[in-house]
Amino acid sequence: MSENSEVAISVKDLYKTFRLPHEQSSGLKQTIINAVNRKKGYEIQKALENISFEIKQGDFFAIVGRNGSGKSTLLKLLAGIYIPDKGSVTINGSLTPFIELGVGFNQELTGRENVFLNGALLGFSKRDMQGMYDDIVEFAELERFMDQKLKNYSSGMQVRLAFSIAIRAKTDILLLDEVLAVGDAAFQQKCYDYFEELKKQKKTVVFISHDMGAIRRFCNRAVYVDNGILTHEGTPSEIADIYLEENMERVREAADKQKDGPNLLSDKHKITGKVLKQAEKDLVFEVSYSAQDDDEMYVGISIMKEGVSVAEINTLPDKILTGKGKLTYTLDTGMFNNGIYQLDAALFKLQNKQLLEFTKRKSEFVIKGEDITRGAALKIKNTWKID
Amino acid sequence: MKISNIFSRRNRILLRELVITDFKLRYQGSVLGYAWSLLKPLFLFAIMYVVFGFLIKLGSVEHYAVYLLFGIVLWNFFAEATGQGMASIVSRGDLLRKISFPKYIIVLSTTISALINLTLNLVIVAILMVVNGVHLNVSALMVPVYIVEIYALALGFAFFLATLNVKYRDTGHIWEIIMQAAFYATPIIYPLTLVLAKSALAAKILLLNPVAQAIQDARYSLITHETITMGSISKNILLTAIPFLIVIVVLIVGVLYFRKNSKFFAENI
Repeated sequence: MSENSEVAISVKDLYKTFRLPHEQSSGLKQTIINAVNRKKGYEIQKALENISFEIKQGDFFAIVGRNGSGKSTLLKLLAGIYIPDKGSVTINGSLTPFIELGVGFNQELTGRENVFLNGALLGFSKRDMQGMYDDIVEFAELERFMDQKLKNYSSGMQVRLAFSIAIRAKTDILLLDEVLAVGDAAFQQKCYDYFEELKKQKKTVVFISHDMGAIRRFCNRAVYVDNGILTHEGTPSEIADIYLEENMERVREAADKQKDGPNLLSDKHKITGKVLKQAEKDLVFEVSYSAQDDDEMYVGISIMKEGVSVAEINTLPDKILTGKGKLTYTLDTGMFNNGIYQLDAALFKLQNKQLLEFTKRKSEFVIKGEDITRGAALKIKNTWKID
Repeated sequence: MKISNIFSRRNRILLRELVITDFKLRYQGSVLGYAWSLLKPLFLFAIMYVVFGFLIKLGSVEHYAVYLLFGIVLWNFFAEATGQGMASIVSRGDLLRKISFPKYIIVLSTTISALINLTLNLVIVAILMVVNGVHLNVSALMVPVYIVEIYALALGFAFFLATLNVKYRDTGHIWEIIMQAAFYATPIIYPLTLVLAKSALAAKILLLNPVAQAIQDARYSLITHETITMGSISKNILLTAIPFLIVIVVLIVGVLYFRKNSKFFAENI
């Protein structure tokens, strides 16, 4: 986006605290008891502190953070659902007033009735909705179900219907909270298509998601929120990396704790892995294993990005292992795009391919470089031909 | 809540759809559906007529059966509008937390549903008036005025109680008790002549209650001029004005209290 494009949302020195009532303090009795004891019936929780940022028109803006960090509160403040304690939110343009799909859906009403109710919440009159009705139903692929009550729909069907209505909203700014968290692959694809369409129309979108792939792919700017404080602002790639690093940190902490905890797999087998050295084009990964019996085994390693396995290799067919030992694997890192990758090693029984043990502490390596993909892991050959 | 926004296009659409939804959900899953809106007052009338027309003779007002039903119908309207209005904000909590829109629409929509129900009940009242041979007077034209008066009072209470209910869920129980007491403090099943025979002062005090005053005035206008109203027992203009002043005060206080607190509903529910 160019520097002088107009501001769509401006957030200045935003503060928000919540009063979290103690048990039962929405009752009169507890209020009186608290008043007598000079006790507050609530705790103050700081949800957001001193948040300032600007979103330009046409931005696809991601708000990233762990659960409970204040992302959704921030979105609700943008939507006008919450009122800030201090500071201001200035909106320039029309804004979708909802942050989730299917707001106001009533399980006791039919699909058809819910379409009109939900439409009314988006500001569409009955006549507007009648004009769009067939398109909505067709897009949701629910022609046969519209006269059934919503409670008989599967959750996927409900989401499809809600999405199908929501995308009719003709506002300049859209707020989307975790829309991708529900729905199957086909639904996700529809979402992606819709996002592309929004980008093409230069709509302003504020987007919350834990799907870093989607954030890298669609967003052009992002912020990272941690414990109610806006800690980073940058490109989606930078922010996604911060998010993944923070998450890895937590996974490591959990794994460290788990080391002494109960083990679901038998204690008879051990496997650890570590990166011995990383050069520009390759790295050496060392795996140590041990077994207390003389079963024949093999080792497998998988390379993961954002929790998804992107490549796997094992010692089969020729290297069959017994007892204990060490082995190294040299990985050609030139095949990977930039990002953070994890290496996971596991020990398997040859006879029945049973998983014996895996590495509790994952090894990690980082590939640096310019970001020219939307977060893809593997590099493929450039074999373009221009006619 | 700007006055000009109250009936903006978007808010009108929403109000309409919420009223329709309310009405659809009311008889959800019942075989007779909307017919219940008419059957309920009809059965209520049958019971009242047997109990108070034959078993306990409370008074000798002309067209007592219709007189009784009309009073009950108006009282039920008041009870429904305040009760459902009070619960409306809390019960729509899911909506308030996910979407930004003027909160008063929720309270307004439930009270309008009560108004629709009243209209249906009045159809039954009209039928019974014909059956009973009630002679229609020009004064019947005043009935809408009293209905508006009860509605304004109910709306004021609904705004106030809905706000209070967000803070204290005891509100519903307290209001229920108050309404039970108020039912007997209002001359609905007994004619006011019974009170008047004992104490004129007591009758006047009872008639300061806007609901009592409105019901009596409406009965006087529609059913029989035998009905005792403030006008028929006192010439004091101030006493006549007090119920209306109460309505105005309740409405203003209710709206202001609601307005002050409504922006925090989403986080407090």
